[in-house]
Amino acid sequence: MINISDDNFEKHKALNGQEQSDQELKQYNYLNLGPTHPATHGIFQNILKMDGEVIVDAQPTIGYIHRAFEKLAENRPFYQITTITDRLNYCSSPINNIGWHLTVEKLLGVKTPKRLDYLRVIIMELARIADHIICNSVVAVDTGALTGFLYVFQWREKIYEIYEEICGARLTTNIGRIGGFERDFSEKVFAKINNLLTELPAALSEFEKLVMRNRIFMDRTVNVGGITGERALEYSFTGPNLRAAGVDYDVRVMTPYCSYEDFDFTIPVGSSGDTYDRFCVRQEEMWQSISIIKQALKNLPKGDFHADVPEFYLPPKEEVYNTMEGLIWHFKIVMGEINVPKGQVYQSVEGGNGELGFYLVSDGGRQPYRLHIRRPCFIYYQAYPEMIKGSMLSDAILTMSSMNVIAGELDA
Amino acid sequence: MAEVNNQILGESISAQFGNQVLSVEETYGTLDIVVEKSIIIPLIKWLKTHDKFQVNFLTSLCGVHFPEQNDRELSVVYYLHSFINNIRFRIHVFLPASQPEIPTLTTLFAGANWMERETFEFYGIKFIGHPDLRIILNVEDMDYHPLLKQYPLVDATRTDKDDKYFGR
Repeated sequence: MINISDDNFEKHKALNGQEQSDQELKQYNYLNLGPTHPATHGIFQNILKMDGEVIVDAQPTIGYIHRAFEKLAENRPFYQITTITDRLNYCSSPINNIGWHLTVEKLLGVKTPKRLDYLRVIIMELARIADHIICNSVVAVDTGALTGFLYVFQWREKIYEIYEEICGARLTTNIGRIGGFERDFSEKVFAKINNLLTELPAALSEFEKLVMRNRIFMDRTVNVGGITGERALEYSFTGPNLRAAGVDYDVRVMTPYCSYEDFDFTIPVGSSGDTYDRFCVRQEEMWQSISIIKQALKNLPKGDFHADVPEFYLPPKEEVYNTMEGLIWHFKIVMGEINVPKGQVYQSVEGGNGELGFYLVSDGGRQPYRLHIRRPCFIYYQAYPEMIKGSMLSDAILTMSSMNVIAGELDA
Repeated sequence: MAEVNNQILGESISAQFGNQVLSVEETYGTLDIVVEKSIIIPLIKWLKTHDKFQVNFLTSLCGVHFPEQNDRELSVVYYLHSFINNIRFRIHVFLPASQPEIPTLTTLFAGANWMERETFEFYGIKFIGHPDLRIILNVEDMDYHPLLKQYPLVDATRTDKDDKYFGR
């Protein structure tokens, strides 16, 4: 951390036209938090205006890992955009992948079989658990409790093993295709999921026992970095951060996709929108996700694991090698030579951090004409200066980690 | 609470704003409303404060570039959501590339701040009245707007790659 001069801060055009009349009386310090600070878990820069240890104002700078996804997407065939979505919120890549598949399927008007929906729900809920495990255990680490982190983090590893069994990849999964999964889940996958479902609850309870009612943890998080429900709505918050502020908006309930209407689950809400509430909402969501996965496994319908979209779903290898039609489709799909209907669609999914939306404008060509990705992190991170105003530096760190700002999604 | 659907919403907006609503149509179950630039802020304010509609949430805001459309090259798309009625719809405004200016929405939704900065950065659309309209994701001194269609993605000086064989 380095001190920077007043001039430099003014250059960054700080403060919403705030009067500086008391500046003669008071000397503020400027503190450069980031871009590469170990406590921010990613590349974020905040120039903090400090009065002693109290934050008076903050000026965030973002874009350190901007990769122009929206421009890239305009130059790629549809199936190659899945790999771009991996790199948005890389803590829960499968949700992003499936969100993109759903967008294209909506444009094509594909009707998906029930089994596929349920398999996707299982994967998305596993991804949500993995995402929340990372966020919550890291919040605990930032308060100084490293042990809890070690207890739950191995379960994220087990979830990654399930991904690996399904699609071969772990972090940037590129899971499934437009139209469905590459193959049906094997017995080994179900065995791993069942194993996780029997053993994860014990680890989660242990973590909760360690942290949730811990005096030190509560002192550090209750009434820290709060936001009211009204302000959160003004700032277009979504996901656990909005629900912690008391607004029960969840895409899975409001605009169900993937047969989420078949499942029975509750949406946890907080009241004060502070760090503790965000932590508790995420914690409860993991329990709900476990319940959803159990319901999906119990009621898993028989049937197909992919929809009938020959234009986008690769034919099986036997067909490619032995039939003319299979070979032609295989070639056309891989080379991205499929035209899609003209139109515009918006499809959103409940990502780990909130509503992840894809606004796709198609001119009937082989690539999107325009793809706008609604990234929840990008939208709610702008409220960060308001949320940390008047709090201590150490609270700012906790607020950021409990908001779960993921650099990949923030910068796209 | 009276039932609100796409038809009622479209008709109410047309009735309230008359011929400044250029078109109302439904695609994939979502209402697409094209309006004149002059009524965009009054329209969203009216929808936000309306007793029945209560459009309280700005889901996203983005730009689109249509270089072939004369005097309507740029468009700004507002995607709005009413939680009470659970209805979502888009409002489109078309702007000429020679004068890409539109009033800011930050007066109604604080969250529009960065969304507008991003749109400004990508398309050069100036949001009049925005408190801090600067480039947000790219380097500060970038002097062009990269998502405009005249900028190809691939480096124009590259010779080792010929896309025409791939139908691109």
